[in-house]
Amino acid sequence: MLNVNLCGIKLRNPTILASGILGVTKDSIDRVGKNGAGAVTLKSLCHEERTGNKNPVMFGYDDVFFNAVGLPGQGIDNAVKDFKRLDNLSIPVIGSIYGYKIEQFGQVTKKMASLKPAIIEVDISCPHMDYGKPYDADPKLTAEVTQVVKKNAGKIPISIKLSPNVHDIKEIAHAAEKAGADAITAINTATGMMIDIDARKPVLANKIGGISGPALKPIAVRCVYEIYETVKIPIIGTGGVTYGKDAIEMMMAGAAAIGIGTGVFYRGNGVFKKVCNEMEAWMKKNKVKNLDEIKGCAHK
Amino acid sequence: MECQERTEIPKLMEISEVVYEGKGQKSFFFRHSLNCRPGQFVMVWLPDVDEKPMAVSYINKNEFAFTSQVVGKWTSALDKLKKHDKVWMRGPYGSSFSIKKNACVVGGGVGMASVSTLIDKLKDPTIINGARSKEHLIYLKRYKNKNLIAVTDDGSYGKKGFTTDSLKELLNDNNNKIKIVYTCGPEIMMKKVFDICNKYKVECEASLERMMKCGFGVCGVCMVNDQIVCMDGPVFNSKQLSKMSEFGSFARLKTGRKVTINEYHSIHA
Repeated sequence: MLNVNLCGIKLRNPTILASGILGVTKDSIDRVGKNGAGAVTLKSLCHEERTGNKNPVMFGYDDVFFNAVGLPGQGIDNAVKDFKRLDNLSIPVIGSIYGYKIEQFGQVTKKMASLKPAIIEVDISCPHMDYGKPYDADPKLTAEVTQVVKKNAGKIPISIKLSPNVHDIKEIAHAAEKAGADAITAINTATGMMIDIDARKPVLANKIGGISGPALKPIAVRCVYEIYETVKIPIIGTGGVTYGKDAIEMMMAGAAAIGIGTGVFYRGNGVFKKVCNEMEAWMKKNKVKNLDEIKGCAHK
Repeated sequence: MECQERTEIPKLMEISEVVYEGKGQKSFFFRHSLNCRPGQFVMVWLPDVDEKPMAVSYINKNEFAFTSQVVGKWTSALDKLKKHDKVWMRGPYGSSFSIKKNACVVGGGVGMASVSTLIDKLKDPTIINGARSKEHLIYLKRYKNKNLIAVTDDGSYGKKGFTTDSLKELLNDNNNKIKIVYTCGPEIMMKKVFDICNKYKVECEASLERMMKCGFGVCGVCMVNDQIVCMDGPVFNSKQLSKMSEFGSFARLKTGRKVTINEYHSIHA
């Protein structure tokens, strides 16, 4: 009932662990698989080992979740040794990569491709990372990155992860598609800040961070809706999906699959099964037999 | 929220008392009623410095504390704080110890802090409290009326030797009634305690330590095999520990890179 096809990859359900949540180790991939996810996205890796920011890097309240973890990671070379391969795990794995310079995106992609992930996701849009160039905000740069990654990915499909913190997300998505992207992941977090009035300081050590959680959902739904009208490639709709109804809404906006990250904070490791059960219950009640029936239906 | 009631964003707390516990070791008290079980921890934020997990070491009526030992930049900054100074906290987080009869508690160094609120709840436990030397042994006064076996590496107080030697001696005695051993301290010690417990067919619960960022099971940096230390742990029982091949052998750095436990501690300290 929940089967979807994403870039030729069969997923048992449309829920995908979003990058940056868990996804650091092989064991955690299997654990998320056991908890019912359709696929898992690894925490982003680049050409070097990074420690990330000092704490606090993450906290949340009500419907708002903040993070500025600062892309810590063991680096692609260590990851290649650690993971060995990604095509023999319990569920499909999406390898998330980035670099600072265009060439580095290519080099990291080549090494990631050697692990044989189902899809390679390109993180050009971390809102608290200084890449050196605004790859997520300038369509020319987005296209350049996309071309380099595509060239180095071989037959593995690539998805470009876009930022909501731009003037016009449509032109960025269009540039990615034209440059050879097989999918779009939308969206990364929106920038935000929280100041503790007793400390009289920003709480995040990085001061500025990304906002996720239910508060991000309306922005994500709008972005997915706009991108769906612009491109033909599938969209992994990510941002604030916490309940089954959120996933249904995201698919109606045009998403082919659903990213869930902060939902793990709000509903625990079991969030994938819960969201799937809620989606199925809604579908049965509304006599929807498969998800293709509702994909993009809000545009009609 | 489908989780236990807790503070999710750092909350201002004023230090009500600072108690000297040993060399470089202090307890910081707060007049606040914390809904906390033995073995749980709080995330403590010192603005402009860092935020670290600290085991809750005293739970009194309308009051709680944590005990720190100076090891790095954050603990040095904490060490300078006095009564009325402010810190920010969120939590409590993590799993807790079971409360069972016929217990032995093995604490190594400041690891005693993680098992201290457990000791307060247990009925007549045997306590093995070990440290490098007398000046590093904490809570001697606190547990002076308990069945306490003090052990030091250099023999400057109590027995000379290691906590694990005393545990073996205890379990070797055919008249011993010990059914469960609770432990916190250096991981190498805890692994030995766990192995001894297996040999003598006694239950074991250990409180593990790992680098933590979020404290609530999301960032994925504190994993030991498929267990998330900040959420599934820090307290693990024999059944869980027996499936954790990395326990006592490997840990992950802040970057996520897997290193041997010795390398982890040399970088960490």
